[in-house]
Amino acid sequence: MMKKLFSLLLTLLISSAAFAQEAPDALIQRVTEEVLEIVRKDKDIQNGSTQKVVDLAEKKVLPHFNFQHMTALALGKEWRKASPQQQQQLTAEFKTLLVRTYSNALTGYRNQRIVYKPFKMNAGDTDVLVRTEVVQPGSKPVQLDYSLEKQDSGWKVYDVVVAGISLVTNYRDQFGQEVRNGGIDGLIASIAAKNKSLENRK
Amino acid sequence: MNQAMSAKAMRWGRRLATAGVVALALAGGASAQDEHDPYEGFNRTMFTVNEAIDTYAAKPIAKGYDKAVPLPVKAGVGNFFNNAGDLWIGLNGALQGKLPDAGNDLARLLINSTVGIFGLFDVASELGLEKHEEDFGQTLAVWGVSDGGYLYWPIIGPRTVRDTFGWGVDTFGDPVMATRPVSVRNGMAALRFVDIRASLLPADKVVEEAALDKYAYIRDGYLQRRRNLIYDGRPPRLDD
Repeated sequence: MMKKLFSLLLTLLISSAAFAQEAPDALIQRVTEEVLEIVRKDKDIQNGSTQKVVDLAEKKVLPHFNFQHMTALALGKEWRKASPQQQQQLTAEFKTLLVRTYSNALTGYRNQRIVYKPFKMNAGDTDVLVRTEVVQPGSKPVQLDYSLEKQDSGWKVYDVVVAGISLVTNYRDQFGQEVRNGGIDGLIASIAAKNKSLENRK
Repeated sequence: MNQAMSAKAMRWGRRLATAGVVALALAGGASAQDEHDPYEGFNRTMFTVNEAIDTYAAKPIAKGYDKAVPLPVKAGVGNFFNNAGDLWIGLNGALQGKLPDAGNDLARLLINSTVGIFGLFDVASELGLEKHEEDFGQTLAVWGVSDGGYLYWPIIGPRTVRDTFGWGVDTFGDPVMATRPVSVRNGMAALRFVDIRASLLPADKVVEEAALDKYAYIRDGYLQRRRNLIYDGRPPRLDD
């Protein structure tokens, strides 16, 4: 009995370790294909249901994102001047904004194909770039890259770059502007107001 | 020099002069509020103008086009204009020292213009000949010309000073603009404009929803995008 339990535990341990160490490119590919498979089958999402697509993102995509790092990156130098509580509030509001706006982009998915670019990393790397491309008939492929960092719980995405535009650092100047006008709290308030107005729109 | 040539040279000269005058006028009015955006006041005014043009003219037309025209036709139109640009793209690749890319673009042009029936089908991409994106503004950047500050124009939208100048040179190498009679040229230019605007429709909603300040969001997106193009999709990392 003990032996059986022990071997079961060992198996669990090994498989979960293997899962945590899923290579960053494999992770991106697996999650992308899972999500697109769901979108392909879901008529509500294709018809633009924000709620459903946000639910999907929360379940499948967000566990692989590090929003604290994303927010720090968007804010730049000011991040360190924010109190832990401000950092937490800011991260929460920014997360809501990003998830809502970019999940919506998935509702526009029809039959584009994702091409995964060759990926190479060195054994000790803790920060990598996974490159993909969205291919659609009649237009140029769109570059879609993910920056990931290694954490104890596995690789986490901290930046998404579409056609060379970082969805995160593209906020740097806007955030800087808000902070100059009303401090960190002013910035938190503006993002919260933006989220509220988007919430009321649906 | 024959008459056609000299007329062309004069038009070209006028374009150059205009670009130069505009650049000078703007340089005179520069203030140091933001290093990326020294002409922000002018730009925001133009942005407002363009938003009005877009809301009441460009966007409704693009939406109508997008709805009325079946996908294969839209793809054909996009392919046609893409193909028409490949010679100029290849030339700019060559000017930047990327000869294999230039060869690729020339092969694309030959294949798509023949097998691809005047460029309506992008056969070359199917064969693995990748589409590139080059223009004279990028060539200038590779040659070491700095961007000269960000500008926002009505109709053509964001362009840095360098890229405005580059855009002027691009029109010169643009087969659509060289098409005669003028009525056909205008029709083609209009169709291309609508095609490009229609291709941007899906991005509209994202920008509307994502931006705290739409003007700044578009500006920074444009600047990042250009940087990415200049470095052919692999820009060196900036420090945080």
